Amino acid sequence: MKNKSLVSINDYTKEEYFKILDLAEEFQKNPNHKLLENHVIASLFFEPSTRTRLSFETAIQRLGGKVIGFSEAANTSVAKGESLKDTILTVSKYADLIVMRHPIEGSARYASTVSDKPIINAGDGSNQHPTQCLLDLYSIRKTQGTLENINLFLVGDLKHGRTVHSLLQAMSEFNPVFNFVSPPLLRMPQEYKDFLDEKGIKYYEHDELNESIKHADIIYVTRVQRERFSDPMEYEKVKNAYVLKNKMLEGTKDNLRILHPLPRVNEIDTDVDPNPKAYYFEQAENGVYARMALMCHILGIR
Amino acid sequence: MKSELKVKAIEKGTVIDHIKAENLYKILSIIGIENLDTQIFIGNNLDSQKFGKKAIIKIADKFPSMDDVNKIALIDPNAVINIIRDYQVVEKTKVELPETINTFVKCINPKCITNHEKVETKFNVQVKDGKVNLKCYYCEKITGQNNIEVIR
Repeated sequence: MKNKSLVSINDYTKEEYFKILDLAEEFQKNPNHKLLENHVIASLFFEPSTRTRLSFETAIQRLGGKVIGFSEAANTSVAKGESLKDTILTVSKYADLIVMRHPIEGSARYASTVSDKPIINAGDGSNQHPTQCLLDLYSIRKTQGTLENINLFLVGDLKHGRTVHSLLQAMSEFNPVFNFVSPPLLRMPQEYKDFLDEKGIKYYEHDELNESIKHADIIYVTRVQRERFSDPMEYEKVKNAYVLKNKMLEGTKDNLRILHPLPRVNEIDTDVDPNPKAYYFEQAENGVYARMALMCHILGIR
Repeated sequence: MKSELKVKAIEKGTVIDHIKAENLYKILSIIGIENLDTQIFIGNNLDSQKFGKKAIIKIADKFPSMDDVNKIALIDPNAVINIIRDYQVVEKTKVELPETINTFVKCINPKCITNHEKVETKFNVQVKDGKVNLKCYYCEKITGQNNIEVIR
């Protein structure tokens, strides 16, 4: 079988993504299947990530597949000093597909060169997390009816957030307008702005959340982490400038939806939750369907 | 006197010419000059019409591998490699950047898998504004020209 590992968002073509998104839509209508009944999926979490792991494992269970694996490296052969190569080689003899999360960057790409079974990268350090991007695309298409011509506000830590970087790259295929809202210290890196310039895509930078969100179709909020600031004073100064509150949503477009990769801390006030424009929990739910579709695609089942 | 002749001619071997003077020591290091046991002649700060001061390295009895040529190209894409037999230049190669660079450059990212396990490095070579950028095949981070460190 062709190794169709998904390590980086650039590994698949636009057509493949559309195929996966269509399949995810089918699964949303009818989530329970026996398509993976004869499959064993390894879920190797070398670092804990409860949300991502539960989402994958739910996806596997809903498809009738069996899961093996671990949720942290502490009690495994990794703690005894086994190399990643040996772990992957061994598990690839047991399972039909390997989902892996690892703190070291490039580990998933390396695993995909070692393993004869496909790898799904569930996050490798600050590098890539393509299934998050997949479910973000699904959520945008689902709520807007299209991926084309979206006015997308990215809010929070735009410097370190791999989620926003992948989303920027993926959405660039669909003629978007970007608005970047972040503290000056956490601005979108120049390489991504160069990338947009090359593609002729418009973007605007803002230091705070202001009335410009009236034009937004999607507001994608990420966490501003205290540990990113060497000066705690700086954090205290900026932290409240990026909190989305319900009254700020007055006068925004009807089709606006608020997305967040979760976990949320305080960057979206809980008073937004009852607003029909809040979409982050549905977004998390969508992750299950997107991952179901991806696994079926990779295994050549659908 | 021609600048080549300011440095002793060799009967056979390799002459690396048109090196920018500032790149000489990096090239000596990247080709592992200290491991060579044949005669080596080095000239630096020679006059060059092209870029002011140039350097030249003459290595007797040794011929470069493709790897060596790639290494030199990474540091100084303007260098020219001459193969000498019987005191004559029999082959003149302008170095050219390869599309990929394997094994001998260290990835700058301390969190990259290649710095944690026994994995040979692999980079895609990109040129931007005249500078060489190496994009790691594994962690996708860029190692810039000024940060190139050779693995021995």
